[in-house]
Formats: sequence, C-alpha cells, structure tokens
Amino acid sequence: MASYSTNEFRSGLKVLLDGDPCIILENEFVKPGKGQAFNRVRLRNLMSNRVWERTFKSGETLEAADVMDQDMEYLYTDGEFWHFMLTDGSFEQYAADAKAVGDTVKWLKEQDVYTVTLYNGAPLSVTPPNFVELEVVDTDPGMKGDTAQGGSKPATLSTGAVVSVPLFIVIGEVLKVDTRSGEYVNRVKSS
Amino acid sequence: MTDQPVWRPTASRENLKSRAQQLAYVRGFFAEREVLEVETPVLGRHGVTDVNLEGVAASIDAAGVSGGWLQTSPEYHMKRLLAAGSGSIFQVARVFRNGERGGRHNPEFSMLEWYRVGFDDTELMAEVADLVCGWLGCDRPQVLNYRDAVRTIAGFDPMTISAHDLYQVCQQWLEPEQLAGMSRDDCLDLVMSFKVEPELGQARPVFVTHYPASQAALARITTKHGYPVAHRFELYIKGLELCNGYWELTEPSEQRQRFDQDNRRRRSVGKPEMTVDQAFLSALDAGLPACSGVALGLDRLLMLKTGAARIEEVLAFPIERA
Repeated sequence: MASYSTNEFRSGLKVLLDGDPCIILENEFVKPGKGQAFNRVRLRNLMSNRVWERTFKSGETLEAADVMDQDMEYLYTDGEFWHFMLTDGSFEQYAADAKAVGDTVKWLKEQDVYTVTLYNGAPLSVTPPNFVELEVVDTDPGMKGDTAQGGSKPATLSTGAVVSVPLFIVIGEVLKVDTRSGEYVNRVKSS
Repeated sequence: MTDQPVWRPTASRENLKSRAQQLAYVRGFFAEREVLEVETPVLGRHGVTDVNLEGVAASIDAAGVSGGWLQTSPEYHMKRLLAAGSGSIFQVARVFRNGERGGRHNPEFSMLEWYRVGFDDTELMAEVADLVCGWLGCDRPQVLNYRDAVRTIAGFDPMTISAHDLYQVCQQWLEPEQLAGMSRDDCLDLVMSFKVEPELGQARPVFVTHYPASQAALARITTKHGYPVAHRFELYIKGLELCNGYWELTEPSEQRQRFDQDNRRRRSVGKPEMTVDQAFLSALDAGLPACSGVALGLDRLLMLKTGAARIEEVLAFPIERA
C-alpha cells in the first residue's frame, strides 16, 4: 500500500493511524525559521467518528488507507445485513452490518442510491443523499383550514423515521426530508 | 500536476497595493539611512548546510556550471559583498525553502535582508524596531531572553532541564516513538512552536534574544550567567515570527567547524550532505568586517499590516496557483 509523507498531507486524504482508517480534516505546517518543522493534523477516525489531533515531524509518513466511496442502490435487508448493489452496471453486491448502516437505517428505501464507504473492500459506513422522498404511513388526521399557520405533529414514514410535519399532512402523502437535519422540507406532488 | 491551477490571485487588490506601498516604504527607509541596495543571485552554485533548511535544486547548465540551488537566503553572497568593502547593504530577495507550506509559509517568499557594518546586535535591534514600528505603527518591542521566555511561558529552564524531563514535556505533542532520535534542540523547537511562540508579542512586540549556543547558526557566541549563548535575536508580533538577526560570526575557522557540524547532523538524520560554499569561506578568510545582519519576512510583515490570517491573502499566487 502507498504511503504519504507530511509534504503530501492535505484535507480529504485517507490514512491509517493506529491501525484505523482516518480522514485528514486539517493540516497545519509549523516551523521556527531555523528549526525543526512539524505538522499539526486534525483527523477523523472513520471507525469511531472521533476527531483526533496529532503532531508529526516533517518527513514522517502515514500509510494510505484503502478507503473508497461508491454509489450503490439499496436492495433489501435480511434482518442482520443490509444489501447494496453497485450502480456501475457490474451488479456487484455488498452486505453492510448494523454498525456500518448506523443512523442511515431510517432513510433506507429500496432502489434509492446511497454512498457506501468501503474500507479494504467491506462497507464501513453508509451515507444517505441530502434529501430523500418517503411516504407517510402514520400520522394524526389532517386539520382543514390550517394550511398556513404554525403548529406541527409527528408523522411516521415508510422507513420508520419519525419527522415533525405541518398539521395538514395526511397518510399516503410523499414528503421530501432533509437527512442531515431530519427536517421536513415539503410535500412532493403525488403521482 | 493534477489540476490546472485556478487563475485568479488569492490576494485582494487592496493587499497587493499595500505590498507595493510596503516596498516603497522599505526602500525609502534605507535610502534615508544611506544603506546601499544590492541584488545577488537567486540561483546560486551552492545550497546551505543547515539541517532544517531544504533548498530547491535547480538544473542550470551554462558556462561549465551545472546544477545549482535556488537560494534559501542571500546571506553568503551578501557577506561576500561586505568582505569586498561594500559597506552597509540591504536587499529585497526572493528566497526558496522546499517543503514549507502552511498558513505562514510559502516555499517562495520575499525576504528583506540587511547588514550594518560596525553595529552590534543591540544597535541592529533598535533599527529593526524603527523599520517595523514605523510601518505598523506598533509599540516598540520589549526584550526577553530565550531562557526567560521559555521559563515564564513553558515553565522550565531550557539551559538546565534534563533530557529525560524535556522528553516528558514533549509527550504533550509527540508519541515516545516519534521522540526517539530527536535532538535537544529539536525538542526545544517543539516547545517553542507549540507552547511559547503563540504567546509571544500578543500584548506588544517582543525581541527574543540570547538563544542557546547550539542554535547559533551564524551568530557570535558569548557566555551569559555561565551558559554559552548566541548573539541572535528574533522579533515576534502577535505570535508571528518576523525576523532573525545575528551579530555576525566573522571567524573563518569557527565557520568551517559549524558547516562540518551541520553536515554531520545531516548525515545522522539521513539527509544528503551539502557541499560547502568555498567562495563564502574565502571571503571570511579575506576578512568580514564586524557587522550585524538580519533577515525579515516581508510577506509576514504585510500580514500584520493588513490583518491577514493566512499568507496567501497577501500573495498574488501561492505555490498551488503558481
């Protein structure tokens, strides 16, 4: 596997640190004019999601981490694994465990496309698109004439996610939701 | 090369204008004091031996000269002029240091270097203060010796701390396996960079003086309170290292020893040895007049003038866009 020296450090680089794959968030070069140079680096551990701050002497190297982001279609879950398929036409399938799927499980809709991060060829994490469209399967009945004013109620979506929606939303409607904040965006015209 | 660089400059037009004004100010400052402006080679036949400075190798091929180095500072050439009887001189030079890129570093930068014949370090510090404070409108710097700076800010005595205790201190930043093989000065540089520097010159500018003799580079060494110290000074403003000055070493045999020592250190850390510049040594043999000299980073001075947080805000094109 390739390795990177401090001169090649930049944000976005994926490296192995203490055996875990990490992504470099920030890299700052520090050097007294005539003295030894150092790099102060902030990294996110892709296994634990923790942010680490580490110092390296100029010229030190880190091994590259075999980490790749791939677009994959979500197929189904067998209860233990969530199965995805590459969208590049190879039909190659990958099984992600609960740890890799994490909170994304509540946004998983069959046939939608997600970013699956592979580490050494196995799913490490699954990232949903910024917006997903999901059907409301349960919510209190709509209240007529209350389309403009504030007020909200919980609605359960087809994936099991619960989002706060305006009072006029009814069962069967399809909603656009921001997966980053978990917030309702708008109604999608039903077909 | 991967991508085509973005064509637009990273500095605002306003900052480019401040740069031009700064250059005019510097030239006016020295004209008034009758210090001669000189130009010396940017591309020289030799690099430097300093273990922590990496030059950029060139590949000149002309008149039987091949190879060469983009200069890390115009020091050797300027000292040859001094030895030849130039009198006090200054230069605004482009200098190059490989591998150095960060918020305060670009591998190519503008250096103001000047030498004052007959000045000692104290007299030259006063002139640095005139130049810098006259431009920035800041308070005149206070003076703090290296030992007291480390003692008050880092809480230990850099002259007496044991190797073991210094390693303990450094473990705040580095793992034990990273510390293995680091010299005492490397460890002190670590403390200086991460602990001391950020605090220096926050309330008002400060000169740090009397560095340990092992960090003398080309400065004279004397004894202070029983410890050998270098007549070397640096100016810090708001945690930014702005200049590095020496009461210059003029003794050729001592200079030869320091070059050899540098190359031994290079060998021990697996870096290639550098050929020593014999023309420079011959100039010292002929006689360098007693003088003090200082190198000041003009891009950093401009950062302070404009309030820039990163060096690219005052550079038309940093290395990524060069």
